[in-house]
Amino acid sequence: MTTPAERVFVVPAAQRATRLRVALLLLALLALVVASFLTLDLQWRAFASVEALQAMARFIGEFFPLYTSTGFLLRVAQGAWETLAMSALGTLLAAVLGLLLALPASRMHASDPARARAPTRLVLNLLRSIPELVWASLLLISAGLGPFAGTLALTLHTTGVLGRLFAEAIENAPLGPGDALRAQGVGKSRVFAWAALPQVLPQLLSYTLYRWEMNIRAAAVMGVVGAGGLGQLLMFHMSLFHMDKTATILAAMIALVLLVDALSYVLRRRLG
Amino acid sequence: MTGPAAAPPPALRDPAWLPRLGWSIVALVLLWPLLQATEFRPWVFLQPDNLRVSAHFVGSFVPLATDAEFLALVARETWRTVAIATAGMALALLLAVPMALAATRVLSVSALSGRMARAPFWLRQMLRWVLIVLRSVPELVWALVFVRVVGLGPTAGVLAIALTYAGMLGKVYAEILESGDPHPAQTLLRNGGSRLQAFFYALLPGNAGELTSYTVYRWECAIRSSVVLGFVGAGGLGQQLIVSLRMFEGGEVATMLLVFVLLVALADRVSAALRRAIA
Repeated sequence: MTTPAERVFVVPAAQRATRLRVALLLLALLALVVASFLTLDLQWRAFASVEALQAMARFIGEFFPLYTSTGFLLRVAQGAWETLAMSALGTLLAAVLGLLLALPASRMHASDPARARAPTRLVLNLLRSIPELVWASLLLISAGLGPFAGTLALTLHTTGVLGRLFAEAIENAPLGPGDALRAQGVGKSRVFAWAALPQVLPQLLSYTLYRWEMNIRAAAVMGVVGAGGLGQLLMFHMSLFHMDKTATILAAMIALVLLVDALSYVLRRRLG
Repeated sequence: MTGPAAAPPPALRDPAWLPRLGWSIVALVLLWPLLQATEFRPWVFLQPDNLRVSAHFVGSFVPLATDAEFLALVARETWRTVAIATAGMALALLLAVPMALAATRVLSVSALSGRMARAPFWLRQMLRWVLIVLRSVPELVWALVFVRVVGLGPTAGVLAIALTYAGMLGKVYAEILESGDPHPAQTLLRNGGSRLQAFFYALLPGNAGELTSYTVYRWECAIRSSVVLGFVGAGGLGQQLIVSLRMFEGGEVATMLLVFVLLVALADRVSAALRRAIA
């Protein structure tokens, strides 16, 4: 007999297999990273040389001092308000549409046939996998330039995201209250309104606020394709090399993003 | 009904209907300025001119563009999109991991005995601000800036993803590391372990699953955003998409959208499989 101190620790077979799998995965990932760097014609020299760094420093130097004439600040404020409105309205509409689509996309109870579940989820995935900016550039063709196309683009993408999250939340909610109502012969819509919805509402609101934080970032750059907001001002002044004005707009963007983050944080605190 | 005779009949009306109605009206009033600011006019879709243009454009989606030359181009650009996302993520990790480690409060030695000393406190706070600024500027704006500095091409895209995602990853890594049980790390530190030892033997084993899962999820997001970066000239599928869109080549647009949806679905699957394998 060996004493416990002499016993050699052998890694169990199952754990060895896991380690092997993880190692292989990591190797594959490493290969992907190396292949990515090799196949992209990256211009590190254009970036890492002394002249490039000087050009960069000059470029950033031109940002300061920020341009702060009152008239321009008013225009920036108006752009910021437009961006804020786009993100808020887009998120709101998406929450409503997402909830409407989440209902057919979820299995409400154990014996629910949920025939519309798979097709609705397919639609949600399609909406979700096309980014806001791509939606915006498609919508520009029929809605014209301006914040309306941007708002709709945010709505479409976010509907896909929220619809899926809402459906997951509804399916994961405890079934007891709903079953109790159903056993009494209460109809479908009322079961949802009085059993499922109250249970998941805080979670749905928290998801919506979280998406709002993402959407304020997306709305800020909608203007790059011509869909309104601060991004449009940014593109305009950047293409004219008005770097001090660009810097002011960037500062406004960061301030707006931080404001919405803080607002959403406070609201979520109060929810949870 | 066979209830007790004395009980009054249940209220048939929602007892809270008045406040509900009131709040709904308030919400509608608040909605009005939003609709104004976003020029929300859905009926523009129904104007005959717009209707004709849209119908023509959507009609040109079929047949999809499927000539061999175009498909080869799409395949090449799709790989470039993935490569930009992957290279960007790799650089972002290089930036994010050291910053997250330096910003993690649990790894503070001075905080073991009461309050954190002033210098490390401000260092951590400053790093947090840097991370917040990095992630507050959308990657598209970074890309616009870098396109000015390094010219059109994938370099701008890689750098833009690297900076934005370094901010996101760094902040979330620090949060994940701080959210777990701090005891193992503190015990190691108290017994003379270095900060790196405390990280590798206490924090990392405890949080590895969550950290990897978040990283893989972000990689999936990076693929989505690298498409968009092409819009400002940073290469990849997005750049081709915007070119075809400007020329109203509906068939090419539809093919690329389809490829894009498949790519995102694939990334979704791979990411889910990876997370399962690691968990």
